[in-house]
Amino acid sequence: MQTADEVSAVILEKLLANPKVPRDITGSSRIVEDLAFDSLAVMNFVMDIEDTFDVSVPLDRLADVRTVDDLANAVIALKSGA
Amino acid sequence: MTLLEKFNGTGARLQALTAGGGRNPFDVVIERPLSSTVGLIEGRETLLFGTNNYLGLSQSPKAVEAAAKAVREFGVGTTGSRIANGTQSLHRHLETRIADYFGQRDCMVFSTGYQANLGIISTIAGKDDYLLLDADSHASIYDAAKLGYAQVIRFRHNDPDDLHKRLRRLEGQPGGRLIVAEGIYSMTGNVAPMKEFAAIRRETGAMLLVDEAHSFGVLGPTGKGAAEEAGVLEDMDFVLGTFSKSFGTVGGYCVSNHPELDLIRLQCRPYMFTASLPPDVIAATLANLEEIATRPELRAQLMDNARQFHSGLTQAGFRTSRHVSPVVAVTLEETPEAVALWNRLLELGVYVNLSLPPATPDNHPLLRCSVMATHTPEQISRAVDIFTRAARECGLLLAAA
Repeated sequence: MQTADEVSAVILEKLLANPKVPRDITGSSRIVEDLAFDSLAVMNFVMDIEDTFDVSVPLDRLADVRTVDDLANAVIALKSGA
Repeated sequence: MTLLEKFNGTGARLQALTAGGGRNPFDVVIERPLSSTVGLIEGRETLLFGTNNYLGLSQSPKAVEAAAKAVREFGVGTTGSRIANGTQSLHRHLETRIADYFGQRDCMVFSTGYQANLGIISTIAGKDDYLLLDADSHASIYDAAKLGYAQVIRFRHNDPDDLHKRLRRLEGQPGGRLIVAEGIYSMTGNVAPMKEFAAIRRETGAMLLVDEAHSFGVLGPTGKGAAEEAGVLEDMDFVLGTFSKSFGTVGGYCVSNHPELDLIRLQCRPYMFTASLPPDVIAATLANLEEIATRPELRAQLMDNARQFHSGLTQAGFRTSRHVSPVVAVTLEETPEAVALWNRLLELGVYVNLSLPPATPDNHPLLRCSVMATHTPEQISRAVDIFTRAARECGLLLAAA
């Protein structure tokens, strides 16, 4: 099982693959406010993350996700069956 | 931020759209229809290539007569909801007729297609159940997901393998699964792979719901939609649709063989807590169902017209979907060029729909066009010519034919 830091690192790497994303993002960057993602972009990005970690992230779980680290923690919680 | 300050962003975006003296694309008034295919806009006779009136039945003389007769007999409204005091004989008659047409056990009629999706999807999938939605689903389907308590998983648009993968990830989890797809996607004209989705239903035991809003009256040997076209109507747990496209009126419906549909009436809030359709709408819808059932030539003409318009635009160098359907979407790169082209088309006498991100897939603006059975070949080639001329005048580069 990966740690939250390891999952965050993978998510950041995926985000930085998009040239429109600011270069200075960290685990505490807010996905909507700091990355200027609209609701559709967030949902599409989460789909990629689901495939990367082979996990389903139901849309209602996104309500609690604001930062990259929040998303990493949600992935880990869902992976461990929480 | 005050309550109303949040609208400032929308105001600024709207201002940017109209900055060059362009129209507000969300405020076009069709002064009156001159026929199903021509309307008066800004005082000019304008070719209508942006309606959902696929069979031209909004102007059906039989429906107009039926509506007038119903108004005289039943009055102008029901003043009640379906489960309280708003069900008249006409409502039951229409439900029976639609259920029979589909060969299904029962039918629920809603006041709009939006409410049919909102109501059925949110009521069937409860807490601990999973909704699997095509990523490009209509707003009514996403809103249904918000109204209900199910866990919502999106799968990649029209991608059975992706759906299968996401269902596999849920193995071992309790709760039911409801797959939701649309027969034809309203913005792009893409047709769902219903045969493959039906196979996934059989393999996984998930239930399958198809919204045939834009495909009823359009696809299938008897016009029942994409599931019928693919030969898998029997695999649909629920077929939803609307009266505001091919039927030419307004309203929505759900047909199913599951006997529980009758109980869903008593738990489905968008069905229970809104007024039922007025008698004239029901009578006109019944009349147009007979038109759809008895005039298959309308569908044949519609698809001929779709092919002519789609190939005309594609050969002129516009970017369109590979699916040929009555919805033909022209994809453009940036919003300003889409706005300019849309304005010029209207000035030259062609009305289409301007669709802007994020209401479009892939963040590209679209000019969403739709074809009718009642368009003449001359009207279609004139529209293609005007498209080419408008694009040239707007300085757009078209792909080589």
